Amino acid sequence: MTIAGDILLRVEHLTMRFGGLVAVDDLSFEARQGEITALIGPNGAGKTTVFNCITGFYKPSEGRIGLCHGDAAIWSELDALTDSGKRGITRGDSGLYLLERMPDYLVTQNARVARTFQNIRLFPGMTVLENLLVAQHNALMVASGYTLFGIFGLPSYHRAERASVEKARDWLNRVGLIHRADDPAGDLPYGDQRRLEIARAMCTDPVLLCLDEPAAGLNPRESAQLNELLMSIGNEHGISILLIEHDMSVVMEISDHVVVLDYGIKISDGAPDVVRNDPKVIAAYLGVPDHEVEKVGAEIGL
Amino acid sequence: MTEGAANQRIDTVAALRDAAITTLLAFGLFLPLIGFHTVTNIRNELELDTRWPLLFSIVAVVGVARLAYSFLLAPWLERIKLRPMATTTPAWRATFGKWFVPFCIGFVIVYPAIIIAATGFGGALKWVDNFGIQILIYVMLGWGLNIVVGLAGLLDLGYVAFYAVGAYAYALLAKEFGFSFWILLPLAGVMSSFWGILLGFPVLRLRGDYLAIVTLAFGEIIRIVLVNWVDVTNGYAGISGIPRPSFFGIPFNANDDGFAATFGLEFSPIYRTIFLYYLILALALLTAFVTVRLRRLPVGRAWEALREDEIACRSLGINTTHTKLTAFGMGAMFAGFAGSFFAARQGFISPESFTFLESATILAIVVLGGMGSQIGVAIAAIAMIGGTEIMRELDFLKQIFGESFDPTQYRMLLFGFAMVIIMVLRPRGLISTRAPSVFLKEPKPVPVDLVKQGHG
Amino acid sequence: MEVFLQQLINGITLGSIYGLIAIGYTMVFGIIGMVNFAHGDVFMVAAFVALVAFLILTTWLGISSIAVALFIVLIVAMLFTSLVNWIIERLAYRPLRGSFRLAPLISAIGMSIFLSNFVQVSQGPRNKAIPPMVQGDFVLVTHNDYAVTLSFKQLIIWGVTAVLLVCFWYLVAKTRLGRAQRACEQDQRMAALVGVNVDQTISLTFVIAAALAAVAGTMYLMYYGVVSFSDGFVPGVKAFTAAVLGGIGSLPGAVIGGLLIGLIETMWSAYFSIDYKDVAAFSVLAITLIFLPQGLFGRPDVEKV
Repeated sequence: MTIAGDILLRVEHLTMRFGGLVAVDDLSFEARQGEITALIGPNGAGKTTVFNCITGFYKPSEGRIGLCHGDAAIWSELDALTDSGKRGITRGDSGLYLLERMPDYLVTQNARVARTFQNIRLFPGMTVLENLLVAQHNALMVASGYTLFGIFGLPSYHRAERASVEKARDWLNRVGLIHRADDPAGDLPYGDQRRLEIARAMCTDPVLLCLDEPAAGLNPRESAQLNELLMSIGNEHGISILLIEHDMSVVMEISDHVVVLDYGIKISDGAPDVVRNDPKVIAAYLGVPDHEVEKVGAEIGL
Repeated sequence: MTEGAANQRIDTVAALRDAAITTLLAFGLFLPLIGFHTVTNIRNELELDTRWPLLFSIVAVVGVARLAYSFLLAPWLERIKLRPMATTTPAWRATFGKWFVPFCIGFVIVYPAIIIAATGFGGALKWVDNFGIQILIYVMLGWGLNIVVGLAGLLDLGYVAFYAVGAYAYALLAKEFGFSFWILLPLAGVMSSFWGILLGFPVLRLRGDYLAIVTLAFGEIIRIVLVNWVDVTNGYAGISGIPRPSFFGIPFNANDDGFAATFGLEFSPIYRTIFLYYLILALALLTAFVTVRLRRLPVGRAWEALREDEIACRSLGINTTHTKLTAFGMGAMFAGFAGSFFAARQGFISPESFTFLESATILAIVVLGGMGSQIGVAIAAIAMIGGTEIMRELDFLKQIFGESFDPTQYRMLLFGFAMVIIMVLRPRGLISTRAPSVFLKEPKPVPVDLVKQGHG
Repeated sequence: MEVFLQQLINGITLGSIYGLIAIGYTMVFGIIGMVNFAHGDVFMVAAFVALVAFLILTTWLGISSIAVALFIVLIVAMLFTSLVNWIIERLAYRPLRGSFRLAPLISAIGMSIFLSNFVQVSQGPRNKAIPPMVQGDFVLVTHNDYAVTLSFKQLIIWGVTAVLLVCFWYLVAKTRLGRAQRACEQDQRMAALVGVNVDQTISLTFVIAAALAAVAGTMYLMYYGVVSFSDGFVPGVKAFTAAVLGGIGSLPGAVIGGLLIGLIETMWSAYFSIDYKDVAAFSVLAITLIFLPQGLFGRPDVEKV
């Protein structure tokens, strides 16, 4: 029942304080089904904090983060769900989850939000293939009868494992790492590690993929490959992507929707073209007050 | 090559200077405790004795050893470094690797027969008991702890507590209720596992050496309780007269319904020992088998992933709490099995058998073996336990050092020393590769430098 | 009330000894991030060195002035123990620096086993008792035949600990060495780049830790008048508990942690059960780590995602 353009993720009045520091201040935005939403902003704007709140690593100080599976009609139950104190509800194929109430692993397991990290977090001592199988942990856990069937070597588990290996092989083909499948992940060059981390996140079967600076440290060729990969994930699998990125060429080329943060506050929200010409955004990036934007812009030839 | 030759030249002056400094340091180091000896005289007062000859001979040995290092060992090490590294593994290594494990299993199965053939019934008892059973207990404990430390990367310094729970569970239940060994073995495993999970709960959040210290504290608390809860555990005196396991109902004794009589053999204590040997061998192999299976299951991969990166695990939807608890519980269960076997074998247990030193020994075996490597753990157990056991057999040294020389005194001294030396020489343990649990084309061993040791 | 006062005095005395050992743990942990498992045994070795020195002075040289004897014993113990710990660091820990996390820990455990067995083999397994070095006490309060006393040896322990802590605080807070130490705690590579001799700084840290353990060992010998080869482990773990309670890495924390552990132990023995006094200390350790992992004065360890 998924329709492109329906709202998938709704962040409302999200606030995160660390002691006296307000890292994210009353942030609201929406991400839509099948779209690539970019979260940009200067260093220290609070982008990664937003990610950590969405993926359950941080408990937000205030605010609500709703995520919808399937039919968007279920959004109408958002307030009822909030009042009920539950983490989520399901209606047939559709589901609605309040991510701020869920511990990190359940955000991935039940709400199906996967993420990558700014400083890559692979399992360096495990092979590339093993990394992708760990990502299918929950499915395999059920197939192995919570270890019980597996220990006795029942065929049902073997079938499930073969299927997981096939899925991993698929993704390795997609990211061009099939020839490295049996090598330790820690041995891969940087760009390959980035792609492997994305493939690993995809193996958890997400509806929303959160990528924290996927293009950081990549050379232009790798960066272009990444763009293709992200576009194809969005187009072929209908998976929505939430992206933090500094590389504007990536952001402008692939994203459908851009949210700009500065000092934890949303300063702009809209299509890439709109955001690009927003004086507030330019001011934030140039580090000058709003009213001086034109002057400074003229000086540097914008 | 000229550069290599230049390196070969030994700087005699520097070598002599190093040796002199080392000698001086050794003199300072050993002067207070070797040079002087505190003895209690007849009036129960403490007096001082000197041991100059001993002091000077030890210092001289150290000095000569330093010289030998400069002139012999160091140049040799240099030469080895210069030698080109072999890039391909020779064929014999591959064949060796393939047949090594089956050969070892075969050997341990026929070991009692070999010993009996070599030494006869009387002499075999000691070799099967002290070397066979004793080492296999530690192999099993090492494999059990390997799940917690080697796979899940959770540093546990109180592992002996679960061994104690298993032993006391068997001893108390067998004496009170007369349950048989075969009922109590799984029960002891379940109880230890329960304790493992119970103690695992509060320490889940801890990381690094903190986890090690808290598990040490828990281990000590359990031991202190065993010492002081005299009504149940009989305190320091321990529990004796623990029922011994029978051969599926047939007891090992000299009676008419005993094992020897039933099978028409002449009575000998060796039958029970051999039975116990195969029992612990079976238990150890069960541990190994289960671990090998678990590594290929999602839970085992989750353990290893946890060791590599806990946060990444959580981001993949893995419940790290459950994963850690299953590791604690599974490790504790095997310790419980080993503990109940220990109680049944000894017939007597006391808190003395469950000190911190035991935990440290088991952990040392796991780390020396190479974390996560089952073969490495087995080799380390044989080296460390067999090595200290063999110290008991060195009575011939009395002929050199005089009758008052007791080699067993030096067992733990050398044990500690060996731990330091092996760590310095091989900080990653004996086996320094990790075998992948699954592969597409061919399994490539993962060099251990890439493998994390966990943060717990 | 009188019992409480007496236990307070005893607890502070015991706590001073724990505090001195705890500083060694906390300093070494701060600078190379390792639990120096052998530190408790270094303390025990120090007590034995003090024992030998004391016997030489009193039975061979016939020095009758206790003050002089105690002073010399203290110096000798500090010198030899520092040498021992310096050599231990060189042989057992330095080759493993930057190696895998577990290797130094195992090496330290091995060293701990080695030290206690070395003393057992070289000096024999029996308890070594000496005649009391210092006798006499002040009676502070007497009530219903219960006298609260502060013995001279307790006073000496308080005094020596206080003086040494001041010297030590000066060393760490005000000198070049202290600065180098703090730099190495933050980042060894960077410290080396700006000209700090990292090896030497770490060596000196071990020397200072050993010197303080030697003071603790001497005080322990004077206070109890008896020492055995196995006396290193339990005080070592308790001192580590103290360091953790105070917040590992924090020097005032180690001292206050030591005092608290000493007090908890004596109070527990007096009011609950002397058999379970070690359980009290270990439970404090577990509870602290679980509920207050950064200790009383430590910096919280924030999980970076």
